Amino acid sequence: MQWEVVIGLEIHVQLATKTKIFSGSSTAYGADANTQADVVDLGMPGVLPVFNKEALQMAVKFGLAIDAEIHHKSVFDRKNYFYPDSPKGYQTTQLYYPTVGMGHIEIELEDGSTKRINVTRAHLEEDAGKSVHEGFGSSSGIDLNRAGTPLIEIVSEPELRSAKEAAAYFRKMHSIVTYLGICDGDLSQGSMRCDCNVSLRPKGQEEFGTRAEIKNVNSFRNVERAIDAEIERQMDILEDGGTIVQETRLYDADKNETRSMRSKEEENDYRYFPCPDLLPVLIDEDYIEAVRQTLPELPDAKRQRYISEQGLSAIDAGVLSANRSLADYFETVAETINDYKLAANWVQGDVSAALNRLEVSIEELAVSAEQLAYILKLIKDNTLNNGGAKEVFNALLEGKGDDTVACIDTLVDKLGLKQVSDTGAIEAIVDEVLANNTKLVESYLATPEDKRAKAIGPFIGQVRKAAKGVNPQVVMEVLKKKLSEL
Amino acid sequence: MALDPKQVHDIAELVRLQIEDDQVQEYQENLSNILEMVNQLTSFETDNIEPLANPIEIAQRLRADEVTAVNKRDHFQSIAPQTEQGYYLVPRVVE
Amino acid sequence: MSNITIAEISKNLASGKYSSVEITQDFLQRIKQNDKAINSFITVTEEQALAQAKAADEQRQNGNASVLTGVPIAHKDNYCTDGVLTSCGSKMLSNFVAPYNATVVEKFNEAGTVSLGKLNMDEFAMGSSSESSFYGAVSNPWDTNRVAGGSSGGSAAAVAANLIPGATASDTGGSIRQPAAFCGLTGIKPTYGRVSRWGIVAYASSLDQAGVITHTAEDAALMLNVMSGFDEKDSTSMQLEVPDFTADLNNGLAGLTIGLPKEYFSADLDPAMQQAVSDAVKEYEKLGAKVKEISLPHSHLVIPSYYLISAAECSANMSRMDGVRFGYRCDNPTDIHDLYVRSRSEGLGSEVKRRIMIGAYALSAGYYDAYYKKAQQARRLIKNDFVNAFKEVDIIAGPVTPTTAFNKNEKNHDPVAMALGDVFTVALNLAGLPGMSINCGQINNLPVGLQLIGNYFEEARLLNAAHQFQQVTDWHLKSPAGL
Repeated sequence: MQWEVVIGLEIHVQLATKTKIFSGSSTAYGADANTQADVVDLGMPGVLPVFNKEALQMAVKFGLAIDAEIHHKSVFDRKNYFYPDSPKGYQTTQLYYPTVGMGHIEIELEDGSTKRINVTRAHLEEDAGKSVHEGFGSSSGIDLNRAGTPLIEIVSEPELRSAKEAAAYFRKMHSIVTYLGICDGDLSQGSMRCDCNVSLRPKGQEEFGTRAEIKNVNSFRNVERAIDAEIERQMDILEDGGTIVQETRLYDADKNETRSMRSKEEENDYRYFPCPDLLPVLIDEDYIEAVRQTLPELPDAKRQRYISEQGLSAIDAGVLSANRSLADYFETVAETINDYKLAANWVQGDVSAALNRLEVSIEELAVSAEQLAYILKLIKDNTLNNGGAKEVFNALLEGKGDDTVACIDTLVDKLGLKQVSDTGAIEAIVDEVLANNTKLVESYLATPEDKRAKAIGPFIGQVRKAAKGVNPQVVMEVLKKKLSEL
Repeated sequence: MALDPKQVHDIAELVRLQIEDDQVQEYQENLSNILEMVNQLTSFETDNIEPLANPIEIAQRLRADEVTAVNKRDHFQSIAPQTEQGYYLVPRVVE
Repeated sequence: MSNITIAEISKNLASGKYSSVEITQDFLQRIKQNDKAINSFITVTEEQALAQAKAADEQRQNGNASVLTGVPIAHKDNYCTDGVLTSCGSKMLSNFVAPYNATVVEKFNEAGTVSLGKLNMDEFAMGSSSESSFYGAVSNPWDTNRVAGGSSGGSAAAVAANLIPGATASDTGGSIRQPAAFCGLTGIKPTYGRVSRWGIVAYASSLDQAGVITHTAEDAALMLNVMSGFDEKDSTSMQLEVPDFTADLNNGLAGLTIGLPKEYFSADLDPAMQQAVSDAVKEYEKLGAKVKEISLPHSHLVIPSYYLISAAECSANMSRMDGVRFGYRCDNPTDIHDLYVRSRSEGLGSEVKRRIMIGAYALSAGYYDAYYKKAQQARRLIKNDFVNAFKEVDIIAGPVTPTTAFNKNEKNHDPVAMALGDVFTVALNLAGLPGMSINCGQINNLPVGLQLIGNYFEEARLLNAAHQFQQVTDWHLKSPAGL
């Protein structure tokens, strides 16, 4: 039996607002339990919600980025269920009238082709608190710091056909939301969580099979692994002639399998109705246009531009455009020195290596984009050669400079890296080297002409020993000239 | 519109209430009477009538994204049934 | 004795006839003496009240007193009062010391009033008799075998018995107007959105509104001046100028058109009630008003629509009463399910449970369209009836209740009968309109109320009409024997 895999993802994205969706509490990560939960977040009697302006803007921004319909009227509904991390006994969400309607994104498949995946809708809702089940003996501890954090829930059409496609979709969404600056994308902190709906159907059948939902998968890798594990599980059952139970499951990364969750929502009757404490959210075309003006260039467009306008390779373009902060850094450098290729080499090379080695983010790197641009300018105007540039770069990383561009000049002087380019000066150095290395000269002259290019090497070495910062092109020219005169 | 005992129990469970056996009949009767009274609503034509959710019919006002709350955990937890190390405690939940 | 008004107390404090501490002590004494028979207070905050009174007297000495500085009042027990028990008449919150103040409470504190305590009420404001309180029923000072009305029975009884000159209250389906009528007082429910709901424990969010119960329209205007206004913490609060509600009290009524809905004066209306209301309307004609018959054709949908919407909203609003973060928690819960079920079942009374269950049923799978959506559509029709009526008239008048105060235990086992008593009042909550009840007569020595309904945000016009009536009649001056 040939099976077709059908996957739909529901991604919960925590919006990077300063405060919660309905209260003025901070959303900063890592605070002590319940120190960022005010009366509204605690669901105290008598409290009322007021909607965060920034959360709306971020949702609309997202909708525009995925080319979606933005609804002029959206309504918050109450989804009623009991669970200790849900203090009001209902979650405020948007069922009937979400802010964002049908949209789409493109994902890159392994063979290099792209596939369009449609997004059914994206709606605003509030996050629940956290439950801690260890450390309190026979109790669970409830922390409501997270309760009320704004989320958008992005629902895909069931158009994904493999675990790899699902992972690519998740990655792409991650790239988009971090690009837009609406989410910090920190999966380890739970900024994005993914629920995976997986089902199988005989190839050719139109009707969907029964699906299982794997909840709260929190890394790209785990999305792929969890779905693969679930496909295997379902395939085993179906091939044995069994049936799939519609249920929610959790992925166990250690055992690489999914297991059934003791469902917290056994009765699925959520009794949705419009929240009477909130009024319909009404936005007009002017508002949407104003948000559109704040959209940055998105990853796909940026990648295309790097390739077609700047001549970067597809791979380089892909890496440099994947992360907004890196792209911003790269572009600042590239635009300042007006040389995308040189900037690409350095950002892909020395900068990326430094980020990995020092385990810092691009924002934390001790060499700012302006500073790197200055260093590269010094290469371009022959003040520094490559080696010298790397030395300055590393010196900055080691904290030997400060955050100014001016300190680079100081370092160049201090480290004696200024490259000599003056032909006269170099001629003098070369003359000396040739005079002091008669054996080498003899050996060179004895080498057949067609093999002489290689034989220049030792002379370059000697020149470098004599004067550290020398312009290699000029050295080469002078050496060739002088040697040919011998 | 009579409710049977099972329906009474099902609704009660949805809202986490327990109706004692000796009270089920009273709830059945009361609820059924109320539902009968409410059924008058089904008797009028509602095509093209926009439901009225909120009497003042204005748009939702937006709040600036600025932190205004301060940490008052001790104050709030002084009235809690059970807390430990700043967490609210409930019987251990198994997921 | 005659009724003590806020206006009178304010005048006397200003002239130095007595101090706030003195008048506060007087009222505290009256409460000690007379409240046992009435049971209008759940909590009396004697120490705090005297401290507030002292501070008010100091403010006056510094020349910083305003009209309500030093005036004793009390708040209905569903208004959160920081540091003071806020029980909502329920076992569920019988240990809930509110950790913050309702906006209205803050405003009154800033205005310098002295709060004597928290007033008894139907549990979670669900009821029309104040018999469902965990703290026992409130008795009507006019006849202690009878109910004071509900859900703001404590507010009404305390004012009627002159234990305080004015009280805050809340109205979701008539809970200010009906007790005011049963107790011979003036009650006002402002337009939805006029007063902040922040800190008032929600029963039905789109119907609840905060208001007051006093002896006179002038007192109501003085209190409304303080409590009204936009609150950024309440999304349903209107950004509207608050006029001085006392400014128009003395306007003449010549040319005012009063509408009488024919549906309110059907053959079913008790003849004595009909007579009392007619007599009151005649006073208005003497004052120069014109009376006209109008129709509110969807009046028959009002009770089912109200009941359903309030039950649905209440069922969700009550879910937070779960024993986890505050309030009553059952002993030794075995698991989380047990904690929820037993805390709620033991903590909540049967009327509350009934409404939660009806609400859940109305919203449950398959019934949303048939019940909730239909009720909201009926609501639209009911609102339109009023919008149309106000094109022809300035004010609508009619009875507040079908009967005078009924006996205790007469209706509380029959929820439908209890609900039907709300027939004249609930329409205003559905439409969001302002309404008043003023004492206009007596039947068998029990007070009768006249309801005045105004157009959106026209509380000043209502207060003017009520005040003018009180200039030419003396029903508002009457008080129960011995009180």
